[in-house]
Formats: sequence, structure tokens, C-alpha cells
Amino acid sequence: MSELDAATRDALGELLLALADDELVIGYWDSEWTGIAPMLEEDVAMSSISQDEIGHAAALYGLLAELTGTDADAIAYGREPDAYRHARLLDHPRTDWAFTMARRYLYETADAARLEALARSSHAPLAQLAAKMRREERYHLMHVDAWVRRLAEGDDATRERLEAAFARLAADAASVLAPLAAEDVLVGAGILPEPMRTIRERWLEAITGPLESRRLAVPSPTPPPDARSSHGADWAWLHGEMTMVSRSEVGATW
Amino acid sequence: MVIAAAEQRVWDALAGIPDPEIPAISVVDLGVIGAVDVDAERVHVDLLPTFVGCPAIEVMRQQIGERVGALALAPRVEVVVTFDPPWTSDRISAAGRDRLRASGFAPPVAAPSVSGLDELLVLAAAPCPYCGSRNTTMENAFGPTLCRSIHHCADCRQPFEQFKTL
Repeated sequence: MSELDAATRDALGELLLALADDELVIGYWDSEWTGIAPMLEEDVAMSSISQDEIGHAAALYGLLAELTGTDADAIAYGREPDAYRHARLLDHPRTDWAFTMARRYLYETADAARLEALARSSHAPLAQLAAKMRREERYHLMHVDAWVRRLAEGDDATRERLEAAFARLAADAASVLAPLAAEDVLVGAGILPEPMRTIRERWLEAITGPLESRRLAVPSPTPPPDARSSHGADWAWLHGEMTMVSRSEVGATW
Repeated sequence: MVIAAAEQRVWDALAGIPDPEIPAISVVDLGVIGAVDVDAERVHVDLLPTFVGCPAIEVMRQQIGERVGALALAPRVEVVVTFDPPWTSDRISAAGRDRLRASGFAPPVAAPSVSGLDELLVLAAAPCPYCGSRNTTMENAFGPTLCRSIHHCADCRQPFEQFKTL
């Protein structure tokens, strides 16, 4: 990575941290369904999907660790809650099944738009990883798309929960594709092939039709302020859960 | 010539290493060995994960290091995990597909492009590895490991797994 100047390296680090934290946090929230999903098939599906997401996070932390000469596990589990840079959309707790599916739908479609762009990145290790992740995320998209369709066509109680979930998440969904602080540097270097704004517009265009036809709230096109900071109490709780083992035996290996 | 012979010995050794999750198939037939390169300093092996988060990668890396190290072709062995090229299920060899079927797994179909959802291709009926029937249904796109889905054959009434098309 020595060919990158300091400003570009910092900007790339910010991007990798945002990507990795997103995948880690959604993986942890959704892994909470293991053992208690509405049916056995979904128990298996959510466990497998979460394992994919946490695996993606590990690979992204690995790229960041290589870039900064640090340790991937230390980045993943060694930070205070405020230092995580996941999107506001991922601050909400798991809540009920309809809420989890609504959040997954908004996250996965945004992530797909982002990965499509990153697969064209000038930074080869990131482009290769993004291309690889896209093949796996296709299964996640199919899964959540089928569930949103199914819940949207469900009875009144089901629809009520799904509508409420999309309405509650509408203000936060665009946080996944919020601009990064040093985005100009990334776009200039071709590391991010186009601004987040362009990716966000493409994402919103792709999901507006399907959401409107199912009479579900379309997300706000404008990301919330502090889109990747000031996470709140639910995140502080999850952080405590997911770092419990690493905090109990600092530096342990197995 | 000497180098080529040494590299062939590495490939032969790798062909004896089973996949930790589906031991019927070797890491070579699974297509996770991207490249082998030998020089005076080291033996280099590129390892391509089937799934990014595959928990078997460390076990594979360790076994490759041990088996290839035992050949004593160079002072050290380096096993590098890489996504260049990306592993796709098209990398599973014809012999590997036969071994999957023989152990009750439907092999993957031809890997789809990554554009769009390609739902039809992914959801195409997997031929039953027991009776060959295509009268089968996918019960779950997610299975006991990241790379396996769960199916049922309506003819021989046997549940079976498919190595996912990726």
C-alpha cells in the first residue's frame, strides 16, 4: 500500500471501516435470531446470512489492518462504542421479524448498489473482495425480497407491522450511502468510482417502484445528520454483548 | 524442468488433502487452489475461499502448509488467501462433481453472472443425487454450512443438499 499518499490512505481507511462496521453490526443484530426465528428454516437462514456478513466484516477489517499495520481483531472488538462507524440504519435493535426483514431489505439493496460500484474500484484488493461478496449477497437479496413480498401480502396484523417498520426506518435508510468525510479524495483516486450521492440515487430509483407497489414507505433521499456516529443506547448494549468474550480474556487466542 | 516437476509434486500432494467440510472431495477438485509457484526460497500456494467467511479456511491453510512442507522442496511454504481470481462454483472439476454426487450432494449448476438476482438460475431444480430425478424442490437456500442448500426429491422422497451455485 506504500504507493498511496497519507491523505488517500486515511480516506481509504475511513471507507473500509464504514464498510466493515456495517457488515459486523448487521451480522450481530441478525444473529440474535439463531434459536428463536419464526421457523426452523429461518433459524438456519439467519444464522448462515449472519455468518456471511461477519465473514465479510473480517475480510474488510483484514484489508484495513494491512493498510494501517494493525490487527484486524483489535479493530473489530477493541474499540469503544463511539468509535464504530456503522450507518444509523443499523443502530435499531432487531425488534420483530417484520422489522428485521424491512431493515435487511433496505440495507441489502443499499449494500448491493455500493458493492456494484466498489467492484470497479481502482484499489484492486477492495475491487476483488467486493466482486466476491456480490456473489454471496445475491442469496441474501433473494431471501429478503421473498420475505418482504410475503409479509406485504399477509393479513392485516402482518401488514401493520411491516408498514410500521418501513415507516420507522424511512429517515435512516439513506445513512448506508451517506457521503464520507474524505470522499473527494477517494473519488479522485478512483477508489470510490463515483460519489455516494450517485450510488444513493441509483439505489433509491431501484427500490421506489417495488416499495410503492407494495404500499410501503419509500426512504428519505437525504441521509440523517451524524449518519455514522452518535449511535445511542441500543448500540451500546449490542457492543457490550458482542465484545463480552474478547473483553473477558484480553489477547486470548484459540 | 526441475521447477515444473517440483510444482507437479505440490499439486499431487494437494490432491490428497480433503475439504474439511465435505471430505469426499479434495481441495484441488474443489478448485480452491488458485496457483502453485516454486523457487529456491519458498513454495507459494494461492488459496481461494469458496465463501469469504468460510470457517474451514484456516484448517485448509494449515493442512496445506504441513503436507507441502513435508515435501521439503524449499525452506518455507507460504499459503496466501486471495480473491484474485474469485472462486466460483464453476471451478469444481468434473471428477469433483462425480464425488459430490456419490456422497449425496447435488453439484452446483453453471455459475450465473452477478448482474441482477438471477433467481431462476439459482432456484433451478437440482437433480437428485440419489435417483437423478429433476422433480425436486429447494427447501432452504441456506444450509448447515455457508456453501450448502437443502432440497427434497419428490420421487425418491429423499432430502439432499446441493453445493451452492456461486
